[in-house]
This record gives sequence, C-alpha cells and structure tokens, in this order.
Amino acid sequence: MLETASEFAITATGLTKKFGSLVAVDQVDLKVPKGRIYGFLGPNGSGKSTTIRMLCGLLTPTAGEACVLGKDTRREAESIKQLIGYMTQKFSLYDDLSVLENLQFVSEIYTLKRSYRSLRVGELLEEFNLKPQSRQRAGTLSGGQKQRLALAAATLHKPPLLFLDEPTSAVDPQNRRDFWEKLFDLAEQGTTILVSTHYMDEATRCHQLAILDAGRKVADGSPQDLSEGISFRVIEVEAAEPNKARGCLSTVDGVISITQLGMRLRVLIPKKQRDALAKVRGSLEREGIEASATEVRPDLEDVFVAVTGAENQPEFPQ
Amino acid sequence: MKSVLRIMAVMRKEFLQLSRDRLTFGMIVGIPLIQLLLFGYAINTDVRNLSAAFADASDTHLSRQLLADLRATQVIDLHNRVATAQQLKAQLDGGDISIGVYIPEDFDRRVIERQRDAVQLLVDGSDPIILGVAQQLTAVPIRFDSQVSRRERESLVVVRSYYNPERRSAVNIVPGLVGVILTMTMVLFTAVAIVREKERGNLELLINTPVRATELMLGKIFPYILIGLVQLVLIFALGWYFFEVPVRGSYLHVLIAALVFIATNLSLGLLISTSARTQFQAMQLTFFFFLPSILLSGFMFPFDGMPVLAQRIAEILPLTHFNRLIRGVVLRGTDILALWPELLALVLFAAITMSLAILRFNKRLD
Repeated sequence: MLETASEFAITATGLTKKFGSLVAVDQVDLKVPKGRIYGFLGPNGSGKSTTIRMLCGLLTPTAGEACVLGKDTRREAESIKQLIGYMTQKFSLYDDLSVLENLQFVSEIYTLKRSYRSLRVGELLEEFNLKPQSRQRAGTLSGGQKQRLALAAATLHKPPLLFLDEPTSAVDPQNRRDFWEKLFDLAEQGTTILVSTHYMDEATRCHQLAILDAGRKVADGSPQDLSEGISFRVIEVEAAEPNKARGCLSTVDGVISITQLGMRLRVLIPKKQRDALAKVRGSLEREGIEASATEVRPDLEDVFVAVTGAENQPEFPQ
Repeated sequence: MKSVLRIMAVMRKEFLQLSRDRLTFGMIVGIPLIQLLLFGYAINTDVRNLSAAFADASDTHLSRQLLADLRATQVIDLHNRVATAQQLKAQLDGGDISIGVYIPEDFDRRVIERQRDAVQLLVDGSDPIILGVAQQLTAVPIRFDSQVSRRERESLVVVRSYYNPERRSAVNIVPGLVGVILTMTMVLFTAVAIVREKERGNLELLINTPVRATELMLGKIFPYILIGLVQLVLIFALGWYFFEVPVRGSYLHVLIAALVFIATNLSLGLLISTSARTQFQAMQLTFFFFLPSILLSGFMFPFDGMPVLAQRIAEILPLTHFNRLIRGVVLRGTDILALWPELLALVLFAAITMSLAILRFNKRLD
C-alpha cells in the first residue's frame, strides 16, 4: 500500500467544493505521478484554480480527501506549505520592491540558512536570466520577466512539488517556450509540476493531463492516450467556400461539431456512425460543393471539444 | 527562532516599502503638522469679539456707561447702532450679529426701581457657546452708585484655575490631538497595509508560504509603532514650540501611555483589515470608528456633559481613556500608576482586538 502511495505526489478522491449553491469542483479524483508535468486543461470557470487551491490547503474541500506528498490537506496544510511552490495566476510579488529584494524576502520567509540565502538568490538570478534586472523594481518588468521572477520565487526553496496556476496567460509565445523549457528542466530534476492552462499547445506538452469542465473531470491520461481513446472520427474537409460546405455538413447524420481553420473544416463524428467519410463526401457531392475530405488523427483540441462541448451544441442534436 | 526570522523578514520588507511610498511618508509628518497648527490656532473655546449691535432707546448717561462696560469685556464687538428692537431681531435673523443689546426708554427708572428687567440681550441661542457667553455678560454691574458697589462683593464665589491659568485652549487641545492623530494614522495605516496586499494579490502568495498569521501581523505592526512614536515626539515638540504646551509629568509615563495606545490602535487596524476587501472599505471602516472617537472621547466636548448613553459608548473608545491618561500626565503631572484603570482599559481593548484579528485572519481563503 505505502509503496504504491509514494509513486504519486498527489492523490485525491471525490474532491468537491461548493460555494453556496454553486458547485465549483465536483467529485474529482486525481493521481499525479512524481516527477511529471501534470496539466489541468479547461475553460475559465471549470474549477482549475479551485482544485489547485484545495490541494494547497487554501480552501477546505466540501467533501472528499486529498493527500499531497503524503500529507492530508485538511489537517496538515501548514506542513504542506514548506514542501510546495505556488505561482499565482496574477503576479503576486511586490511591485515596489526590486527583483533582488523580492527574492531576498522570499528566502527569508522560507528561513533558508543565512549563508545559503544569497548564494541561492544569486543562483536563481543567473538561472532565470534576471541578473541585469536585479536592481529593477518588479512592477516595471515586462510580462515575461515577471513570470520568470515568479517562477524563481516559487522554486527558491527547491520544493518537490510546484503548483502553477495559468502561469503563461500574460506572456508572448517565445517566453512561453522558454518557460516550458524551464519546467522540463525542473521535472528532470525530480520536481512534480501541476500546471493549469487553457492553451492546447501547452496541454500537449504535459506528460499527463486532466480535462476539467464545469467542475468535473471529464477525461485524463497522456495527450496521446486521450487522442487515441477518443470515440470520434475527425474528418478534415478542404473547400473553396468553407461557409457553404459548413451549411451542408451540418445536415449530415451524427456530426457533433464543425470547427473552421482557414479554408479547412474539422468535422467530428462518433465512431459508431458507419461510413462517416463516405457520408460526408456524398453529402458534399449532392450539393455540388467542390471539396476534398480525408480522415485525420484527432488532436487534443478535438478531444477537448469531444469531451466538453458535446452536450453544449444544441444545433447538432445527437 | 524561525518565527523571529520570518517576523524580521516581514518587518524589513515593510520598511523598504514605506521608504518608497512617498504619500504615506508625507502623511506621517504632514498630518501631525497640519492638524496641530489647524486645531491649535482655530479651536478656541474662549470666545471673543462676537459681532453685536445695540438699540439704545433711552440714551442716558447710564445707558452709555453700560454699553462702554460691555465693550470693555471684549467678549462682544459692539459696533453698530440701530433704532429699534425689531431691527435688532432682523439683524439676528439675517445672521449679521450673534448678540443684540436692547435698552428700553425707561432704562434709568428700571435700574433705580430694581423691580423689572432693565436690559434685554437678544441672543442667537442655536449655538450653546454663544448663549454661555451671553450669560457672562449679565454679570456686568448696572447701578448709579457705582462707587459704592466697588466695595460690595458682587459674588461670594471665586474661581481659581489650576493647570491652565491663562485659559489657553491649545493647552487642552495639543495633548488631546496626540490621541486624535495617532488614532487616525495608526488605524488607517495598518488597515490599509494589509488590505493593500490583499488587493494586489500579494497575500495569495504569502498564505502559501510557511509564514504564520501572528508572524505576519507582528511584522506589519512593528514599523508602525516606530512611526507612532515619531509622531508623538513631533506633536509635543511642535506643541511646545508653537503653543508653549508644557509636559508636566514624566516623559517615561508619556511614552508608556503612548505605546499602549499605539498598540491598541494598531490591533484595531488589523481587525479592520481582516474584514475589508478593498483599501476603500478599510478607509470607510476607519472613519466609522474615527468620528465617534473625535466627538465622544472628551477631545472636543467635556465628557461629563454628555448623556449617560454617550458616556457608555465613549468608555468603549480607546481615545477616551488615552485622553484622560495623557491629559493627566502632561497637564497635571499625574503619576501614570494613579490612572491605572485607564491603562488597563487600553490593554484590554488591545488584547481583545488583537486576538480577534488573529482569529479572523485565516490562512485559508474560505
């Protein structure tokens, strides 16, 4: 029993949080393996932040249990705090302190040994490429610099577990790439990382992820497993007049969703619908629409649409 | 040990932020300076030169003598003359004068007979202070045989004023102002200091670190205790320089009283900060507390003159107790131990609000 428990940094069963009549998180079970990057993918308001906050011990679950690094989040919240690093959605270091002063403050709060403090702060400045800005006030940093500073602060005491709540929502693509390089480095060194996002490309990079929708976990697994395990076919239609094609395709039996990407349309049809490709082609031909249709591999976005959007698409009754 | 380190860390951070916040820094010095000069010079309960008019229908030697005596009191500025009592009333209605003196035609006879009232003072009684001044004026003697009256005792009661023989309002105001300024700045600064972190999101980071609620509060409070003491010194120095307000008691006792009072206000500020979500709310809550403090504490009006209910409320306010302490020590040179009930009340208030604040400051978000 203990052996299996220690493989996971986080385990949760039936985790639920209600705010009044609103159920923010509904019966979520989680198993986050150690040393991996685990993603929470979901739209705004799907319960990502609330779940993270419960795991940190900031919110008390209405029901359910969570165990973080072998500690119960209800009873041992304070000792969990020594072991985790937390990066908030909004920049939460002090705008009116310099980069150096912010890191020094955090090193003092975590009561690092005096001799080690300045060493570690210097190390982080180097590692996160913040040396030129060390005397600059944090409030005047760019989005990418702020984010690097926040991650530096969260990892200052070398926690075995990191919680990152939508860490890249305010930075440009280049900085996001660099940021993810950093995360892989950290995971390599054995840090478990739980990161929430609503970017598909980021979700694809996680070792494993859970898709949250309206407070419920609707799917989990590795990005590849999720794509393969999907119970839908994806047919890509390339048309000269995508709008016309769209109108035509919406009448085809069983179509769950149509997403336009430039001149292409991605059509989701349940696997149980037979001869889906033939039906799509036939329908386009009957209408005299010039288009080519091919079946393609589902990507994470298709998975996301399939597991979250299915019941929210009234125009395509199942 | 780790606790001390974390408290020091919060303190150091707070000092750094304070040194960069020019507005707050300005307020620390600016508020005492401006309020002291404003209140010290403006508040004057020793009323002089009230605008007044008279209507002298008799116009005799005696009536002119009376008017001259009234002018000599300097309480009223008896500048203009009107013809009738109606005109006096009109001026009173118009707010041109506060007091009107009406001397009837048969003034001399009334004085000799001493049966009926000889002079009428028309007073704007809506302001009780002016009414009180009018009462003083009735003491002016009116008789023909003024030589004789000098030898007679007008009154058998004599007033001997202790502690402030020159009747200067500033002497009473300045020590009281210490309490008012400390209440305003200390409560507001601490309340805002924590709410600001809440508003800017810093708190979300802090509650995810091992720092404890008590450590955070203590670390936040210490810098402001120092600021409170700076203000204390500033107010007494300015009070001594501008208004020659003496400190008759021991400086140590002044310091003890001030420290306890500062702690009281800071813990109240912390309590406010646990309820307010925005800096604006914190400010509103502070003023909700500040106004009764100023009005009921005995700073503006004598405590004993208030109705029992108001007195009960005032007993809850720390400023009431501090006013008694500081006036006792500063003006009367009283030993602070003789005023122990006031000291105890402050300590109790601080203990209760501080405990409530720590209890209410949850490291959880729900």
